[in-house]
Amino acid sequence: MSSDICAALSPEEWSILALSLKVSLVAVAAILPVCFCIAWMLARWRFPGKLLVDALVHLPLVLPPVVTGWLLLLLFGMNGPIGRWLSDVFGITLLFRWTGAALAAAIMAVPLMVRAIRLSIEAIDTRLESAAATLGASRLRIFFTISLPLALPGVLAAIILGFARSLGEFGATITFVSDVPGETRTLPIAIYAAMQMPDGEAMVTRFAILSTMLSLGALMLSEIMVRRIAHGGRHVV
Amino acid sequence: MGVAMSFDIDVSRTVGGRRIALTVRTDRPLVALVGPSGVGKTSILDMVAGIIRPDRGHIAVDGQTLFDSDAKIDMPAAGRHAGYVFQDRRLFPHMRVQANLLYGRRTGISVDMDDVLDFLGIGHLLHRWPRNLSGGEAQRVAIGRALLSGPRFLLLDEPLSSLDRHRKSDILDAIDQIRMRAPIPILYVTHDIGEAERLSAMIVTMAGDD
Repeated sequence: MSSDICAALSPEEWSILALSLKVSLVAVAAILPVCFCIAWMLARWRFPGKLLVDALVHLPLVLPPVVTGWLLLLLFGMNGPIGRWLSDVFGITLLFRWTGAALAAAIMAVPLMVRAIRLSIEAIDTRLESAAATLGASRLRIFFTISLPLALPGVLAAIILGFARSLGEFGATITFVSDVPGETRTLPIAIYAAMQMPDGEAMVTRFAILSTMLSLGALMLSEIMVRRIAHGGRHVV
Repeated sequence: MGVAMSFDIDVSRTVGGRRIALTVRTDRPLVALVGPSGVGKTSILDMVAGIIRPDRGHIAVDGQTLFDSDAKIDMPAAGRHAGYVFQDRRLFPHMRVQANLLYGRRTGISVDMDDVLDFLGIGHLLHRWPRNLSGGEAQRVAIGRALLSGPRFLLLDEPLSSLDRHRKSDILDAIDQIRMRAPIPILYVTHDIGEAERLSAMIVTMAGDD
């Protein structure tokens, strides 16, 4: 069925799919290290304001996406503090660009990604880290040889979930970078645009099926990863 | 010149209102901490290994001070070179036996790997995952991992627990072998005084602070 759908796509539709994949991949790759640091901080550290940081991380999950997009406009728009700085110092503009779409997708993926990684970090048996320390390992070595490999299923689940979330991102993206064909018109925006056209029903159907299959596949992969965290060979022997 | 004490320990720590304390000063190479479950024997080993910090006191092993609250000395666990065999073994589940055994290896360690594999009888387990080991095999691998790190002293926490009689005898023989090959101080925790007597250890009985 997927091959039938792919065969039915026009070159323009292919480019929409390619743009969506590019935006999602860049979004996840860019935000992954940030998510890992936040997840580590929330799982392992005690600090004043932890509750606030936790709430802020989850904010994109409950805030209307259009509000998130509007906040991004305020911050990263031409007159926003970060947007102006990026433009003045690096000549980078995010507005109406695919990079802006990636930023919006990344912000919207943060809650899901942090949550998946945090769960896997919390599941690490810290006694194994103590054992490594008694064997002479430095903190850095313990992190790279014990903590990170044991957190890996959660990190993979976060990548998949974040990718799926980015692929479906609509509200914040259209508010922040609008609908620019070839630049910011990702799958969901293309579906919305096609719905406005009198003859767009076939395109909507193709994209809807494609989106569903991609999301379903990603969720199933993520579920497998989560199960590995729960049942995998992580028990102490 | 005085003989270096194998263990010179005087520590205390209060956990959840319960006081765990030990004072022992001896030049005997093998000291057995004996006492009922929950009395804090493992906590003492954790303090000597540098995993938990005593509230006060000092710890010196083989003449080297590892902790001294008055002198503000608290050597990190990684620098103490304790060969700690945990009661729950703590083999790294994502590494095969060989990687577990080599984890603590560093340059300049004279302990011969083949020799350790041979006398512990674990040479055939190198490519196995820890989850596929029996209790006795996992215990011997845990002992091997500690020995191969070139420890300055050994901490053995109930190494015979959850083993059948035959396996217990194997591990006791292995400990005898270790004492013959590497005369380093050993702090041995058990709730079975018979084990301590079998090893001719100096017996230190820990009692609750009730």
